[in-house]
Amino acid sequence: MWRGCRRLWLAHSPPARLPRPPPAAAGSCPVGPCGRRAYAPPAERKRFYQNVSISQGEGGFEINLDHRKLKTPQAKLFTVPSEALAIAVATEWDSQKDTIKFYTMHLTTLCNTALDNPTQRNKTQLIRAAVKFLETDTVCYRVEEPPALAELQKNEWDPVVSWAEKRYNVTIGSSTSILGPNIPASTKETFVSHLASYNMWALQGIEFVITQLKSLILSMSLIDRHITVEKAVLLSRLEEEYQIRRWGNVEWAHDYDLCELRARTAAGTLFVHLCSESSTVKHKLLQD
Amino acid sequence: MAALGAPMRTLRALLRELRHAAGRSYRDSPAYRHVLAAFRAHRVTSEKLCRAQQELHFQAATYLCLLRSVREHEALHREYHGRGERSPKEVAGLVGFRLPQQPGGKG
Repeated sequence: MWRGCRRLWLAHSPPARLPRPPPAAAGSCPVGPCGRRAYAPPAERKRFYQNVSISQGEGGFEINLDHRKLKTPQAKLFTVPSEALAIAVATEWDSQKDTIKFYTMHLTTLCNTALDNPTQRNKTQLIRAAVKFLETDTVCYRVEEPPALAELQKNEWDPVVSWAEKRYNVTIGSSTSILGPNIPASTKETFVSHLASYNMWALQGIEFVITQLKSLILSMSLIDRHITVEKAVLLSRLEEEYQIRRWGNVEWAHDYDLCELRARTAAGTLFVHLCSESSTVKHKLLQD
Repeated sequence: MAALGAPMRTLRALLRELRHAAGRSYRDSPAYRHVLAAFRAHRVTSEKLCRAQQELHFQAATYLCLLRSVREHEALHREYHGRGERSPKEVAGLVGFRLPQQPGGKG
């Protein structure tokens, strides 16, 4: 394991091979071609560094694991524009104990996506993908029955839709038909021009949040700080919450999904805010 | 504006989460120091409605949500989803069998 880590590469390496099962263990093991059991989870990378620190380079802030610099999966140097974001990423790496669990490191993943751009989309394509979600926006799709759920949707989702309409000066509406609401072209153009004001990194984050919440309106109200992350996730999962209240909660499925959705949405929102802010501290002179 | 509650509460909970995440030397970790410095910097203001303060509070609440949900998600994963497959020996043991010994190896 250590021999592999000598290299400066810190890409998401292919899973290391499991040690061969000792030959003394009884005979009829279904041993696959490379000596692994079928369906065994891939071995995780152990934590191979002691200290995580941040340094400032030309392109921005970099993360150092011991003395090695962190790199993205495509071997580019990992640089972020904002110091707070670098600190948060460093905290993620520092909080890994024993093994590195990449699925918990959402901010790192987002930064890697922004740096590598693996789907190779430019700004226009990203905006188009984001606004396309408006046609199938969750908060615009209403049910007619059961009446309790219809009522809940009206009470919870209508305020958010009317907030968005007022804030962006557009018409959205909602619909109970299978085709969804009829979004006028002017609405889409307003959102396109609004999203164009964000930089590329922030747009990656926005598109990520929209994909998680399955709703453009909820994402915009989250980015505009109108609702909290917990509330946005609740609104996104409104029907599930209704069913949970009706039929009961299954911890290993419902809570698991809830925590994962909250983590990803929070990571996305934080990423957008940290990438699009520029803070200056002006010290006020104390007047005697 | 989102209903966030008291900033002190968010700060305390956030520092507690950072403590869980960091381990022994949490007070020297860059995140701890950065959060404390940011909250201190925004404390002194003569304005009644400070937009930067609210932005900071929202960011802190979001980061708190992130840390908390990652921790809970990992705990749930360890509890329910992390075990992988049982070995054939364990499977046999579930129903009370033992795997046969073949002294000469398989034929």
